[in-house]
Amino acid sequence: MSVTNLKLKPQATLQPSAQVIALGHTMKPGIDRRLSRLAAQTATNLLPLLVTLTLFTLAWQLICASPDSSLPAPSRVFEESWELIAHPFYTGQGVDQGLFWHVLASLQRVALGYAMAAAVGVALGTLVGQSALAMRGLDPIFQVLRTVPPLAWLPLSLAAFQDGNPSAIFVIFITAIWPIIINTAVGIRNIPQDYQNVARVLRLNGLEYFAKIMLPAAAPYIFTGLRIGIGLSWLAIVAAEMLIGGVGIGFFIWDAWNSSLISDIIVALIYVGIVGFLLDRIIALIGRAITRGTASA
Amino acid sequence: MTKSYLSLELIDKTFERGGTRTEVLKQVSLTVEKGEFISIIGHSGCGKSTLLNIVAGLTQATTGVVLLDGKVVDEPGPDRAVVFQNHSLLPWLTVYENVRLAVDKVFSATRNKQERHEWTMRNLELVQMAHAADKRPSEVSGGMKQRVGIARALAMEPKVLLLDEPFGALDALTRAHLQDQVMQIHATLGNTVLMITHDVDEAVLLSDRIVMMTNGPSARIGEVLDVPLVRPRRRIELASDRTYLKCREAVLKFLYERHRFVEAAE
Repeated sequence: MSVTNLKLKPQATLQPSAQVIALGHTMKPGIDRRLSRLAAQTATNLLPLLVTLTLFTLAWQLICASPDSSLPAPSRVFEESWELIAHPFYTGQGVDQGLFWHVLASLQRVALGYAMAAAVGVALGTLVGQSALAMRGLDPIFQVLRTVPPLAWLPLSLAAFQDGNPSAIFVIFITAIWPIIINTAVGIRNIPQDYQNVARVLRLNGLEYFAKIMLPAAAPYIFTGLRIGIGLSWLAIVAAEMLIGGVGIGFFIWDAWNSSLISDIIVALIYVGIVGFLLDRIIALIGRAITRGTASA
Repeated sequence: MTKSYLSLELIDKTFERGGTRTEVLKQVSLTVEKGEFISIIGHSGCGKSTLLNIVAGLTQATTGVVLLDGKVVDEPGPDRAVVFQNHSLLPWLTVYENVRLAVDKVFSATRNKQERHEWTMRNLELVQMAHAADKRPSEVSGGMKQRVGIARALAMEPKVLLLDEPFGALDALTRAHLQDQVMQIHATLGNTVLMITHDVDEAVLLSDRIVMMTNGPSARIGEVLDVPLVRPRRRIELASDRTYLKCREAVLKFLYERHRFVEAAE
């Protein structure tokens, strides 16, 4: 029964709901109910989205339909940027690359900067959360520095690194680190006294306490910080790349603007949005997998 | 003079906060013999939990000393395992892992992996939780969590088992069931137990002696009552037992006549 089930499930998601219910009659009642519930669930989740997307596209089409509109309608975007949409893996000379490669270059910068921010952020957050002295010494500095807009760091880092790429990575680092530090510190400070007592009765040493109590107890907070951090990183990289140039989705958008390719900009924006959404979801998923059970005792 | 297994000698505890000093415990002395089951009962705020924390080593006495098996207690340790009121299981570990963490820490040098695994399972069986070994604390009931907490404490082979209102948060039926289980474990293993409670029936049913605390601040031991009931004890038979009723009455009189809970003292 489970084999049939496995085979049928993916089908169910692809087919329209009416057909699934019709199929159900020939099957065992258990599978039937599960399939129709799955179809109903998919329908309730996706239908409203499809409706709003259609309405939005229609409205956009109507508003921008006239030939002297300053922004292209969806139909014109498809027409003008078809090359771009159809060939994301195109490789050409210099910055003349498919969108996939631009996004990949941006993701590489984000990955580097973000990984450093995560490592340093969790370490600093632990320090600030653990020690009242470190908290008094460092927290005011963090609170001031975190309000500095990401791009304001760029000239300074360009001056320091004398190169675009490390500067962009530094901007990602400095953007993502604050929410990671602050949330980690809150998580560490909020470790229930009970867990500390358990650790004391068991006489866990510093390292055991860190690995077995502190990290897992603070993990939900840490992942909140990491999730905010990845969002900010992706916001910052587009802006930073506009200024540093080279391959990257930010520079691609800027380049398209300079060449008056408004349709290309729209396609790139859709890419940016979807990638940002996926990044957020990936961190959320990792967080949920690691912190399972922790939220409720 | 024969030395007692566990002795609390002239314990004073004063908390200081923002220049105001609050004396919580005053001159508390108590001796406990090996294998004894002692309950400490008193109104809330009388410092009984503080007293237990001092024995556990989680809190330091201002003056006075706690001696266990001839050694001064000055820090927490697995020889005084605590069953906390709210079970304090680590939610990211399974039931098994919670107990195993304690077993691994306490017996890291003396037992090999296989032995530690068996010891973990044995203690889970003792509280009838072996069937849920791979569940997380969030997936089992409150009573089950508390049983795992007891298994974790027992697994450390403590010299004295400290129970901090272990059944306070449970419903009456679950509580009765767990009390029976604790009695059974006590009969089998002969542990020395110090239990904090505010439940008169629980105190009389389980204890060899009941330590009654006066109201805080400056709480002290008002009276110590012997419970001369033979073991094994069965709650249904005891319900009409004369000695049981007399002990119960004595505790009730102490708590509600002579040392009534004064709201203003809080």
